[in-house]
Amino acid sequence: MPINTLVQNVRATPQHYSYPSIFIYGHRASGKSHVLHILMKELELPHAAVSCVECVSAALLYERVLTSFFGRSAASFLPRSPSLSEFVRLYRHQRSQSPAEQTRYIVMEKAELLRDADANLLPALLRLQELVDDNITVILLSEIVWEKFRPNTGCFEPLLLHFPDYSKGELQQILSTDSHPSYSAELYSSYINILLGVFYSVCRDLRELRHLAALNFNKFCEPLTEGKVKETETHKLWRNIEPHLKKAMQTVYIREVSSLQWEQMQQTEDEGGALRGLSAHTHVELPYYSKFLLIAAYLASYNPARTDKRFFVKHHGKIRKTNFLKKNEKTSNHLLGPKPFALDRLLAIFYSVVDSRVAPTASIFSQISSLVTLQLLTQISHTDQLDAPKYKCSISLDFISAVSRTVNFDIVKYLYDFL
Amino acid sequence: MSTSSVSKGCFVFKPSSKKRKTRSLGETCVNVENKKPSERRFKLCEDLWNKIKAETEVLQEELNKKILDSLLDFAKKCSTTRQHCDWASKMRANEIPTAALVLGVNVPDHDMTFQSLFDLLKHSVTPHVVSVQAKECGVLKHLLKRVLEGLMDVAVDDDDEEEMEQNPRSVHCSLSTLSDWYTAKTKKSSSATPGKKRNVQDEDEHHHHHQTPPVVIIFKDLEGFNPRVLQDFISICSRYIDRLPLMFIFGIATSPSTVQHMLPHSVSSLLCIELFQSLSCTQHLATVIDKLILTAQFPFKLNGKVMQVLISIFLYHDFSVRNFIKGLQLALLEHFHSQPLSILCCKKKEALLNVTLLSGRDLETVRQLPSFIRFVEKQEAGEQVKLMTDDDHLKEACQKLIKDLRKYHKSYYPVLRCLHTLTSLLPRYPLGKQIRELHLICLEKNVWENEDYQSAMNIVNQFKFVEFIDGLVTCHLPPPESQTLYEVCYYSSSATVRRHLNATPRTSIQTALSSPCFYLQSLKNEDGTVSNSAPDICIAYKLHLECGRLINLYDWLEAYATVVSAAEGQDPDCDTFGKVDDVKHARFIRSVSELEFLGFIKSTRQKTDHVARLTWGGC
Repeated sequence: MPINTLVQNVRATPQHYSYPSIFIYGHRASGKSHVLHILMKELELPHAAVSCVECVSAALLYERVLTSFFGRSAASFLPRSPSLSEFVRLYRHQRSQSPAEQTRYIVMEKAELLRDADANLLPALLRLQELVDDNITVILLSEIVWEKFRPNTGCFEPLLLHFPDYSKGELQQILSTDSHPSYSAELYSSYINILLGVFYSVCRDLRELRHLAALNFNKFCEPLTEGKVKETETHKLWRNIEPHLKKAMQTVYIREVSSLQWEQMQQTEDEGGALRGLSAHTHVELPYYSKFLLIAAYLASYNPARTDKRFFVKHHGKIRKTNFLKKNEKTSNHLLGPKPFALDRLLAIFYSVVDSRVAPTASIFSQISSLVTLQLLTQISHTDQLDAPKYKCSISLDFISAVSRTVNFDIVKYLYDFL
Repeated sequence: MSTSSVSKGCFVFKPSSKKRKTRSLGETCVNVENKKPSERRFKLCEDLWNKIKAETEVLQEELNKKILDSLLDFAKKCSTTRQHCDWASKMRANEIPTAALVLGVNVPDHDMTFQSLFDLLKHSVTPHVVSVQAKECGVLKHLLKRVLEGLMDVAVDDDDEEEMEQNPRSVHCSLSTLSDWYTAKTKKSSSATPGKKRNVQDEDEHHHHHQTPPVVIIFKDLEGFNPRVLQDFISICSRYIDRLPLMFIFGIATSPSTVQHMLPHSVSSLLCIELFQSLSCTQHLATVIDKLILTAQFPFKLNGKVMQVLISIFLYHDFSVRNFIKGLQLALLEHFHSQPLSILCCKKKEALLNVTLLSGRDLETVRQLPSFIRFVEKQEAGEQVKLMTDDDHLKEACQKLIKDLRKYHKSYYPVLRCLHTLTSLLPRYPLGKQIRELHLICLEKNVWENEDYQSAMNIVNQFKFVEFIDGLVTCHLPPPESQTLYEVCYYSSSATVRRHLNATPRTSIQTALSSPCFYLQSLKNEDGTVSNSAPDICIAYKLHLECGRLINLYDWLEAYATVVSAAEGQDPDCDTFGKVDDVKHARFIRSVSELEFLGFIKSTRQKTDHVARLTWGGC
């Protein structure tokens, strides 16, 4: 067991130097941080707990470490934008004043972000013990295996520990500890059993399961509070809760519906009017010309420029798709994703698809910018480049079909892929 | 100065209100010889606008009330459940309550809503509110900095700005700083010592409500944020949720599914999102039209064409109610500025009084009004002469006509609503789904002659009251143009409104280049003809219009030198006439590069010494 190894490592004579760096990996919610946290707390070990997401700059990391070990005053000696060597120097200086009586630990969560930090940071942390000449161990926690960390230039190899996923039995045990104070532990345990029966096949994430357990427990207890069923009649309780759990699987699990809304919904017992999740709201109301600009942008992004003549010029003659198929265009443009287009092309298509005469007013141009703000279009060229800006259309076929339906425009007829 | 929009349009930065007011007053005065009436007109215009503005503000407040109230309830509920110790809320304690506020696609209009939300939250829920915008938060550090600065009211050290170093109060840019600050703050306030800045009562109230007021962060434009930044920020926040009661409000312009596009499951599972949908902008517009346009309360009216321009700008271009009201304001200003008789466009009593004050010149204007001429033609011969010659008699007649116009308006709107209620129930809405459509029909011509009206009446023919309604309509809904003196109240210059509100940059540039005197009054000679000394770029532009697709630069330069020499009044027989000297050469190069910048020409590799023309002919 990894925990045993850890504890052994930690408990063996604390005054001795410990292994310089430990790398712990395991999936989300497999107890890495929790175990470390409890371990540090229970054994009252001197440690600095740092999350790498939070350390937007290395300076923050250094500050955290120094503050945790030597107090706030130590960190105040750090210069602005300190370099690694300045941190090491300051650490050595402090250490000479208050040397380690037992191993000091730096616990770094989300260590995978260290890969994006300065190239020297990760190798230095791995052999920090040697650099600062102190009894210190750096523990890295990650959801990614060590192989993905190892720099090209090589580095000190940390001690690797794996936290395996919880088994069903373990999950059952852990989840049962949350039992509701007003109900017996056995009842809660049997509830967890039912819950796992429904969800274990789709979700093994402890956090999600806890979330689901908390949300649906009230519903589970309803027959009990109403006095219809006794605690021992597990089968009846199961029959009562099962449909709800199935429903929860469709909505709450993917966070379509927030926990609060789910609870309210259960209270109101509104079976008919199913709550619409976030993704059900995809409709966007747009001004009339914005819709056509968006359509034009979509056509410009997904049709090869050569085919514009075929779609937008009257009396283009009969051009068959096969006649102008180029070798690389045989793949669907929709599979390849949107292509960039210039502003002139967008406007040219716009003027030919829009059904009335539109003056090129300032509002038309500002609508293009608004579409960029709304992230419906993306500007490819740099915003400083005023001359011939380039855009890409970043919406889906479903979205544009819905938009063109509202203006009676049959977009499929104009798409090269569907010819 | 910055703009709330990123559009490529031109932006007007108005001078401070004081400066502006004096100027516009001056402008009104210039055109009217008699100073006093123009001042009175300006006063009328100002009063009327203030009234309209007040009405709009009340309206906006009412419209926002519902959604803001529900948001406030949400915020309050969140902060109270956090203090509950029951099992369910404990299990949910690590979720950050989040309100997803869908506000519609017109982003600049959101500012007002956010401002009132901000004020309301500060006033009744928590002193700790901050709102952030995407453009200020390109990276995580900046976002953190904004949040900290907004909440703690101190300078935040972010490692790259040098001048911060002198500031001893600057703090480190991390959420733990905020958390420490919050703990200190709540401890202080719970020990019942009044805060230094806030007054005692306020503090007590908060204390009474809850000892740990939530910390609300408003993300004004969620779409604009870098998803990565947002994800990191949320996961950091969730680490502090046990110490720091955070709450988010996401301002969403498009659709709620954006949240899911931006945040992966691992992050969105840290949030407890509730959806709030604001009134759609078309409904908003309908209410505004109902309260500002379809009422006899305000004497100022728009004619059909102007109304159409404003509505189509809204529906076709921007969905902005604010711009619609701005358009109304523009029309109002233009009306009082350009129509001397607008002095009669006010409340009945005042208008009757103002009629007696009309000058001879004003009365002459009345006599020339088309509607008045029509009126006179219907009178008997003796009366006609009297009206055209006797000023006092005309004033009396005007008073009566003003009263009639008021009566017309008083009955017009109720009958319009009545007819709309009736026809909006019919299948396929023969006279429009919205009352504004019916209003537009009625403004244009006699509604009872409209085919759709007749077919609508045929459908409802089974009811007895149809004849009654028909009678009402023919009696009360004739178009305003049929009313005498309608020019007093109705603004009709749709072209002006369109030119001001829906600018066409390209046309403006071409006008400026082909006839510069349109913009530069100084180029006009005393006799109204255009002087030769047009700016260099205009000369170059005119010459280039005569060329084909490719322009030979040397020929162009020679032609330019000739024109300039003639403009300078050189003797055509002189040796140096039309010769290119250094100054002319430089001026020519500058004009050409300006034309290139404006997009009329571009350099080409097809032929040396040539540039390619990018436009076809002049407009």
